[in-house]
Amino acid sequence: MITTSDLRKVYPAQGREIAALDGVDLHVRQGEVYGVVGTSGAGKSTLIRCVNLLERPTSGSVSVDGRELTALSPAELRETRRSIGMVFQHFNLLARRTVAENVELPLEITGLSRRQRAAKARELLDLVGLADKAKAYPAQLSGGQKQRVGIARALAGDPKVLLSDEATSALDPETTRSILQLLRDLNRQLGLTVLLITHEMDVIKSVCDSAALMRGGRVVESGTLHELLERPGSELARELFPLGEGEPLQGSTLLDITFQGEATAQPFISQLARTYNVDVSIIGAAVETLGGRQVGRLRVSLPGSFDENVVPIGYLREQGLQVEVAA
Amino acid sequence: MGWNDMQPLLVQATQETAWMVGLATLATVLVGLPLGLLLALTRRGGLLQNAGANKLVGTVVNVGRSLPFVILIVAIIPFTRWVTGTTLGWQAATVPLAVGAIPFFARLVETAVVDVDGGLVEAVQAMGGGTWAVVRKALLPEALPALVSALTTTVIALVGYSAMAGTVGGGGLGTLAINYGYMRFETTFMWVIAAELVVLVTLVQLAGEGLARSLDHKRPAAASRWTLRRSVPTRTSAAPEAAETPAREPELTGSTSR
Repeated sequence: MITTSDLRKVYPAQGREIAALDGVDLHVRQGEVYGVVGTSGAGKSTLIRCVNLLERPTSGSVSVDGRELTALSPAELRETRRSIGMVFQHFNLLARRTVAENVELPLEITGLSRRQRAAKARELLDLVGLADKAKAYPAQLSGGQKQRVGIARALAGDPKVLLSDEATSALDPETTRSILQLLRDLNRQLGLTVLLITHEMDVIKSVCDSAALMRGGRVVESGTLHELLERPGSELARELFPLGEGEPLQGSTLLDITFQGEATAQPFISQLARTYNVDVSIIGAAVETLGGRQVGRLRVSLPGSFDENVVPIGYLREQGLQVEVAA
Repeated sequence: MGWNDMQPLLVQATQETAWMVGLATLATVLVGLPLGLLLALTRRGGLLQNAGANKLVGTVVNVGRSLPFVILIVAIIPFTRWVTGTTLGWQAATVPLAVGAIPFFARLVETAVVDVDGGLVEAVQAMGGGTWAVVRKALLPEALPALVSALTTTVIALVGYSAMAGTVGGGGLGTLAINYGYMRFETTFMWVIAAELVVLVTLVQLAGEGLARSLDHKRPAAASRWTLRRSVPTRTSAAPEAAETPAREPELTGSTSR
């Protein structure tokens, strides 16, 4: 649905050039929620702005829903942007328009009649749960309510794609959850493809189907969350399920075990202990439900060196678990 | 000189001043607003970034602003005569008034427009709006309270300039003050005129402030009802708390956990 290939964006800065994007290839499938995560300065914001060409990439191409945006004329680009919704970290609502008028704004630009606009705005405010605030001004709303207005406005043009630029970063944790839930519901109900950027792993964990990790203007890792969990040494998986810094015991082997789906139901730890007569210590564990599937990571320590533990490790792998030797 | 002698003179001079300032204000808005907008848009990082155009308009505006008004009146006499056919009376004074106020207002417009949050420009662009849509839907409406304040300042400056024009035969209250107060030593009359100018300026200021405030929705409810009262806290201190105060989510009504 959204594809960027070899996207580069270079800014001149004090005589030098700084590459905010350094060859980004992104592929967002139709109907999925795709999260791009990274620290500030990693280029996420530039990336999402390049997707609807609010910033024009220095080189590379962007295509959304089969149209190559980078090849369009200014008029065609404006036309195409109407089918790409965008929500912003600071909401960007017009302070002198009421909530309903803010939602109607994109439709005014499209040239819809007053009656059509009013009907659409009512419908959208209902969808985001703000039907009673239609006549309020943004200053009278809480942050979460403002973002709901922002989302309603982004949906006014019946977009197929929604871009979310740190939409929850200015909100408290509880409000963040309700906004993410709303995005997830819209994704399911309307089949909306969502590309969001965030610096919070929790956002990725709670709504995304796929994720990409950005660093220094590059995507260093990407895939569906389940793929990432199965991938040995995945940095994103480690970030999503942090196990803490358990001190490795002297003369023991530290294992990171990742399990998902039916493997979670198996009592593999006790089976391991019974079959091989080893004392298993649990150093750290994280278990979550991702997209309806239980997944988790476990860090255990087995006595003895790696060589002495080859057989138990082999046993664990046979059970369909992914095992990495950490130390 | 008693009140009965003063009154007809005052009424006529006030009317002349009102016409001068009114027409000059109209011209100032018609020319100054687009000029200020042009300055804001052609700036570096603006929507129509254009260093050449910005420099050109900026220079014209700066020259206009740095000329002392008394000099300006004299300097543009040929232009004034071409426009109005005369160089005396309030009609003639209107021309230098407008010419003097346009660059002043244009700079104020530029500041007001540049102050509009860039995020709003981005939002309109992301919706598929072009430059014209950004100007019409975001920049001008959002800058309106600031533009009204700018116009208030300009009108007050015009009242002052109009009195100055009066000293060189421009008509209105300025001419009256010179002719009677200065040349005929009617000190009382001069003070009456001065008092009237103070009242005039105060009224313009109050009306402008009130209008600007009623147009501003950046603060939470109810404040706009007090349009003509000075007791309302200044908007700079009120704006940040507006973002924080009401913090209840629709789905959380009844929840006590917060």
